[in-house]
Amino acid sequence: MILKNMIRKNVSEAPPSGIRKYFDLINEMKDAISLGIGEPDFETPWSIREEGIYSLEKGKTFYSSNAGFLELRNEIHRYMRERFSLTYNPVSEIIVTVGGSEAIDIALRMLVGPGDDVLLPEPSFVAYKGCARFTGANVVPIPLKAENRFRLQPEELLAAITPNTKVLIISYPSNPTGATMEWDDYAKLVKVLKDRDIVVISDEIYAELLYEGKHVSIAQFPEMRDKTIVVNGFSKTFAMTGWRIGFACAHPDFMEQMKKIHQFAIMCSPTMAQFAAIEALRNGLPEMERMVSEYDQRRKVMVEGFRSAGLDCFEPVGAFYVFPDIRSTGLSSDEFCERLLVDEKVLMIPGTAFGDCGEGFVRATYATSLDSIREAISRIKRFVDSVVSEGDALQESAR
Amino acid sequence: MKKEILALLEKNSRLSDDDIAAILTVDAVAVTTAIRELENEGILCGYSALIDWEKFGQEVVTAYIEVRVSPQRGHGFDKVAERIYQFPQVKACNLMSGGFDLFVVVEGKTMKEVALFVAERLAPVEFVLSTATLFVLRKYKDHGVLLGRHHIDERELVIM
Repeated sequence: MILKNMIRKNVSEAPPSGIRKYFDLINEMKDAISLGIGEPDFETPWSIREEGIYSLEKGKTFYSSNAGFLELRNEIHRYMRERFSLTYNPVSEIIVTVGGSEAIDIALRMLVGPGDDVLLPEPSFVAYKGCARFTGANVVPIPLKAENRFRLQPEELLAAITPNTKVLIISYPSNPTGATMEWDDYAKLVKVLKDRDIVVISDEIYAELLYEGKHVSIAQFPEMRDKTIVVNGFSKTFAMTGWRIGFACAHPDFMEQMKKIHQFAIMCSPTMAQFAAIEALRNGLPEMERMVSEYDQRRKVMVEGFRSAGLDCFEPVGAFYVFPDIRSTGLSSDEFCERLLVDEKVLMIPGTAFGDCGEGFVRATYATSLDSIREAISRIKRFVDSVVSEGDALQESAR
Repeated sequence: MKKEILALLEKNSRLSDDDIAAILTVDAVAVTTAIRELENEGILCGYSALIDWEKFGQEVVTAYIEVRVSPQRGHGFDKVAERIYQFPQVKACNLMSGGFDLFVVVEGKTMKEVALFVAERLAPVEFVLSTATLFVLRKYKDHGVLLGRHHIDERELVIM
């Protein structure tokens, strides 16, 4: 007998991902091009892989301390200071997690529960909403606007705050929009936040995948530093998604509590990945820069391609996603993606997968080869042309 | 812009002018003009494909030949190098530091063909003192590309 009624409602009632049906469709197709996968297409740079292999050869197969090897935390300390001007004590303010995802989960579990509001600017990475809901907290979406280049505006933030608000999740460069925020944008948010008891979880996993300007973290503002939990990791920066390794940085009062959840749930991050991560931070930056410059080339080809296909496309300067506006086709995001996949065998993800306000947009990733991007663009062009002429014919016959 | 174009073409000579224009955010006509200029100046010397002939089922024999020569007054190694690199069988020819002077890459259909070329054409060239022929048995990596390893995208669909 299965005791289905034993499952908590906030788990069973969380909707399964709307993307699943596309995965089922594409799995049965040949010659399909996927612009749907949100992970680097590069293999982890060799010197990093080798360090992981070497750790196994040497028999380094034991637990690390709960927070991760101090050697790695020292490297994270140096990296955060040198790359982002953020200083965290390696002993008390940094923990190594199982990907950035774990950091987000334990931060939320520490901070919120039933009755609490979590503010979530959308469209956003899908896990925030899920993790927040599992705690029993209430997720309050803040719909971001394309005309603001998907940057969170102070008045939007202010309007969403209630006495129950405990957490604001922000993530720039953004999955799925590729949007970024600059110092002045954050400065306006800081004015709203600095005197309120709201903790910011800032997911900066794409911080290095930035093609213009310099990455800004809200934690760089002195008044926000101790109210912010910075999440980062190795998956995107060093193409290490399968290694499952990330980290969180925050004030010791937060870290101590997060460490408790982490140590009982996880124990420690995989040590092989930790050894590899040390090498990544010590010697991996040139390889990372090479990958970034390749993403940048593909980004430009893809943006140009969407525009020439007649789709309005806001210029994304971070992450590896493009978020074109498909409203001119008259189709919904879901219709667009399903028909594109069936007609032309190209997979993109409907914007609605990332929040209701993603309607009218689709997400494409350029973490795939230039050849695939070019082929995909020519298929998308053909698809858009056929949809538009179909629409014209309909209008004609209605007259 | 020319430097960027060269760097892009060095990695992938099949990039179209339109692609290059998009990547560099410049006009496609400007790219075409620049490429033509680079070709005319002899900086862009040619476009070739990297082929794994073995995989295609055709044997190609490559040999690296260490050549010791006696340099000539007034010409150094240039004259004798010229006598060697003019042969169509010679794919590359470089002056080296170290224990020998010229490093010559020769390709042929069979080992015998290559060996005979060395014995009958290369070794007798005036001022050549000695040759040592090293045959390539397996190419692992060429021009930065791993050979014999076809890349398959094994990424699984995950919700991200």
